Amino acid sequence: MAEAAAKLKGGRLCSICNDRRPALKRPKTLEQICRECFYTVFEDEIHNVIVENQLFKPGERIAIGASGGKDSTVLAYVLSELNRRHNYGLDLFLLSVDEGITGYRDDSLETVKRNEIQYGLPLKVVSYKELYGWTMDEIVKLIGLKNNCTFCGVFRRQALDRGAALLKVDKLVTGHNADDIAETVLLNILRGDIARLSRCTSIITGEDGPIPRCKPFKYTYEKEIVIYPFCWLDYFSTECIYSPNAYRGFAREFIKDLERMRPRAILDIIKSGEDFRISASTKMPEQGNCERCGYISSQKWCKACVLLEGLNRGLPKLGIGRSRGLNNEQNKDMKLTDGTKSMQSKQCGTLDF
Amino acid sequence: MESLSQTIRPGAVNFKSGIPNNNFIEEVLLCANLKLLAMQLTLEFGGGLELLCNSLKIHKVNVDPQDGEKLTMKHLLAWVRTNLIKERPEMFMKGDSVRPGVLVLINDCDWELSEQLDTVLEEDDVVVFISTLHGG
Ligand SMILES: [Zn+2]
Ligand SMILES: [Zn+2]
Ligand SMILES: [Zn+2]
Repeated sequence: MAEAAAKLKGGRLCSICNDRRPALKRPKTLEQICRECFYTVFEDEIHNVIVENQLFKPGERIAIGASGGKDSTVLAYVLSELNRRHNYGLDLFLLSVDEGITGYRDDSLETVKRNEIQYGLPLKVVSYKELYGWTMDEIVKLIGLKNNCTFCGVFRRQALDRGAALLKVDKLVTGHNADDIAETVLLNILRGDIARLSRCTSIITGEDGPIPRCKPFKYTYEKEIVIYPFCWLDYFSTECIYSPNAYRGFAREFIKDLERMRPRAILDIIKSGEDFRISASTKMPEQGNCERCGYISSQKWCKACVLLEGLNRGLPKLGIGRSRGLNNEQNKDMKLTDGTKSMQSKQCGTLDF
Repeated sequence: MESLSQTIRPGAVNFKSGIPNNNFIEEVLLCANLKLLAMQLTLEFGGGLELLCNSLKIHKVNVDPQDGEKLTMKHLLAWVRTNLIKERPEMFMKGDSVRPGVLVLINDCDWELSEQLDTVLEEDDVVVFISTLHGG
């Protein structure tokens, strides 16, 4: 549109091509660049992250966790472009979870179905109903709106793994961006969750498990992900109607406030998370397998099985609250918070690592 | 009501002539205190912000310049808050600026490249607000 009407400070040109007028300020570098150069650096940076971290091998089958939201939609688009352009030799699939949330998930699944056609990527949808016998609507009807995000988060994580297994993929990629990761670092520090803190900044996780996960957008700012598809990608933007997670909301707002004052803050927080060293005296939970369903778990039963048992026995509070019993101190703490207004430790799954 | 008939006209012409998504376009005319000087702007809300203003993405509006002279972004934001935002204004604004995490594009250009709140708007400018805070 009206380029002549741009209200730029001074008469500066794009700091990359030195030819066109800039259209945005990159938060990462503070460079002022034009739209054309932005598309190029945005895609090139993600390609470099993929190559430097050896995220993929030729011939691999890769599932893209697709929610219909901006991050996963941009990820699906960029990844299929890069796969073509740089001959990664990947077989890409879209994988969506249907939580059974009327109105919210119906609409976002429609978006994913359009993406399936637009990008020519086969789509697999797994539903809570078929995996667990319960939809989120049914769960909320039973337990109310208080702890529903515990279910949502735990179930979604497993659902993605199970869907990935059904697709027989080698890896699962998710659209977590730099802002998401900075926020998770902060939350894990606030919760004293050392196990998650050390895991949440890794670009690949679960390499010892059946399906490793990776995050090609680890260094990509949310601002750029939102501007990238501006006007032309088809994505869905409504918050999960069951996610009243105020605590995470505050952390997010804090990150955005920091970004406004100093955009590098986001990358610095990720760096801090990476540089944390875990002292030898901190006991890490041992990973085993759930005796019931075989899913990876540090307890006898995995969290999903505990929650399901509660639902099916009509005791939906079972398994809600903190159950990472690292030591007695924390068990005490758990008894104190359990049943009262516990700080929701798992939430609406998209941000759970 | 003489001023009303004067001011519907420019809005109506533009309504037919440009912009795709005609269905979403709402014309907001501030009949009561509209002066001849009122500036016509196109405001677009995205990333979930449209939910705060009747689920309409595109609004064609006429806004009075402050002191009958210039219209700055700061003034426009206050105007939007009063006239367009129907619920949860805290999702859109913080203090007298947009909430951090809301992107602002003026004529397709990141407002961080211009004077932000002090940017002076002109007739037919297009201002886009996109929230980055919804959905992954
Ligand atoms: Zn350029
Ligand atoms: Zn299990
Ligand atoms: Zn949820």
